[in-house]
Amino acid sequence: MNGGRPEAAGGVPILEVDGVSVSLAGKEVLRDVSFVIEPGEFTGLIGSNGAGKTTLFRVILGLQAPGSGRVLVAGRPRSRRNPLIGYVPQKFQLDPDVPLRTRDLVGLGIDAHRYGIPMPARSRRARIEEMLDAVDARAFADQRVGSLSGGEQQRVLIAHALIGRPRLLLLDEPLANLDLRSAHEVVALLARIAEEQRIAILISAHDMNPLLSVMDRVVYLAAGRAVSGTAAEVVRTPVLSALYGHHVDVLRVHGRVLVVAGEAGELADTSDPAHANTQVEIIS
Amino acid sequence: MSGLAAIFAPGLFTSSVVQIAATVCAVVAIVGGAIGVFTVIRGQSFAGEALGDIGTTGESAAYLLTVGPLWGVAAIAVAAAGVMELIGIQRPRGRDVATGIVLGAGLGLAALFIYLDTVYHNTTGATFVIVFGSPFAITSSTIPLVIALSVVALGLTLVLFRPLLLTSISPELAAARGIPVRLVGAGYLLALAIAVALAAFTIGTILSTALLVGPAATALRLTRSPGRAVVVAGLIGVAATWLGILMAYDSFYWPPVGHGWPVSFFIVALILVAYLLAGLPRPRRRERGNGIGPDTAGRPAFDRALD
Repeated sequence: MNGGRPEAAGGVPILEVDGVSVSLAGKEVLRDVSFVIEPGEFTGLIGSNGAGKTTLFRVILGLQAPGSGRVLVAGRPRSRRNPLIGYVPQKFQLDPDVPLRTRDLVGLGIDAHRYGIPMPARSRRARIEEMLDAVDARAFADQRVGSLSGGEQQRVLIAHALIGRPRLLLLDEPLANLDLRSAHEVVALLARIAEEQRIAILISAHDMNPLLSVMDRVVYLAAGRAVSGTAAEVVRTPVLSALYGHHVDVLRVHGRVLVVAGEAGELADTSDPAHANTQVEIIS
Repeated sequence: MSGLAAIFAPGLFTSSVVQIAATVCAVVAIVGGAIGVFTVIRGQSFAGEALGDIGTTGESAAYLLTVGPLWGVAAIAVAAAGVMELIGIQRPRGRDVATGIVLGAGLGLAALFIYLDTVYHNTTGATFVIVFGSPFAITSSTIPLVIALSVVALGLTLVLFRPLLLTSISPELAAARGIPVRLVGAGYLLALAIAVALAAFTIGTILSTALLVGPAATALRLTRSPGRAVVVAGLIGVAATWLGILMAYDSFYWPPVGHGWPVSFFIVALILVAYLLAGLPRPRRRERGNGIGPDTAGRPAFDRALD
C-alpha cells in the first residue's frame, strides 16, 4: 500500500512521488513518502498541522530539493516552472486597498512569468472570461480581490492556477478558513474540474470529511510518513495505527470519519479542536 | 484677462528656471508614480523614506567633492539599497531592521559632511537645498542625467511589471511559477533607489518620500487595476508638482514680498490634499453580495481608508 496502486495500463501517471525524504534544520519532515496520482484523479492529502503537507507540496513544485527520493511529473523529473502543475497556496492575504481585480489576478495566471507589460489581446481577454465562467466568478470579475470573501478568493486562485492549462492542480489547505457552505462549493467546483477537464487534483486538508464523497485516493500523512490508497483502504484502525506508531481509533459517525489518537484514559476534552493535536487527535 | 494674469504671473512661461523645474518634476513624478505603486503594495514605504533620507549623505558628500549633487544622491541610494538587500530586506521581519541600520549609519555621515561643507565651502544654504530641495535651483546641465536615470528606473519597472506584481501579491505563488522572487525583488529595489534619488534631488531628501508614496497611495484609493494605478499616480504627481511650481512662482508677490516660498512645501501640501480628498466617502459603488462568508466587499471607502 505504501507506494500506491500500480499505474493504469498504458497511461503514465501525472505525478509519481517515489521514496521522498526531507530534513529541514536537522529535523526529518518527510520520510520515504511514496504515492502515485493518475490523470484526472482527485486525491486528498490528509494530515494534521505540521505533518509535512506544505513541505511535500514544495518538493512537488521544485522549491525544495528532497534529501532522497524523486518526483516525476508526467514521467519526467520535476522542474521549476513546470506548466503542467497549477498551484493554490495556503497563505493568501491581500489588503482590500491593493488595486488588483479578479480578472487581473486570473490574467496573471497566463503570463506572470513574462517580462514587459501585458499587451491587450482579444484572445487573452477571451481566455480570462472563459476561466471566470469556469469558476463562476463573473459576478465579481471587476472587484478588488482583497475585498472578496474567503470562498470567492479561493475560486479566483483556482482560476489563476487553471488558466495555464495544467494537468495537475495542487491546493494547500484551500478549505481551512472557509465556512461549510463555501467549502462544499469549492470541493464541488474542483470535482467538476477534475472530471470535465481530466485535471488531477491534489488537495491538502486536515479534515477529510468535506472531501470523502469526491476523493479517488487518500494520501494520509502523519509524522512525515505516508500511506496511500482509497479511503476505504487507508482510513482504518490498523493502517493508521501502524502509520502513527501507536494506537488510533477510526470511528464512523453518520457517514463522517473521526480519527481519534491517544490512550483511552487520556480522552479528555475531545470537543475542543485546539487539543486535537496534543494528546488527542480528532479528524472530524 | 487680468484674473488669468494674477494666476499665471508675467514671465512664468518664458522663465527657463520654471521650464527646467517643470520638466524635471514631470519626469520624476512619472517615475515615482510607477515605482511608488509597488512600494505601497509591497509595504516598503519605510525603505523608500530611508533611501531618500540617506540621500542627504550623498548630496552633502557631492557638495564637498564639488561633483553634481544628483550623482551623489543616486550613488548613495543605490549603495544603501544594496546593503539593505544583503542584510535581508526581503524578509518581513528583517525589513525594518535592515532599513533602520542603514539609515542610522548614513545620517551620521551626513552630519559630518554637512559640517565639513559649511567649513570648507561656506555653503550654509546648501543644507536647506539638500534637505528640503528646490526645483528652481536645478541647472539645465542636469537634465540629461535626470532623463537617463528615469529611463533606467521606469524601464526596469515596466520590464519587471508582471513578475513583480505577482511577487508583491504572493511570494509563494510567484515562486511556484518559477519566478526568481529574490532577483525580481532586488531589481525592484534598484529601481526604487533610483526613483527616490531623483525625488530627493528634486524636492529634497527628507521630502522625497512624499512624491514617491503620496501620489501612489492616492492612486490606489482611486483605481482598481494595477496598470491604471501606475498611470493615475504619475498624473497626480505631475499635477501636484506643476501646480506647486505655479504657486511658488506666484508666492513671489506674497508676504514677505520679493521672496518666493519653497516649491517643495507646495508640492508636498498638494499631494497631501489629493490623498485626503481621495479618501473622502464616495457614493457606494455597486457591489454584489451573495451572502456567503464574511462580506467585506461592500465596505465604503472611508472604512477601507482606516485599515
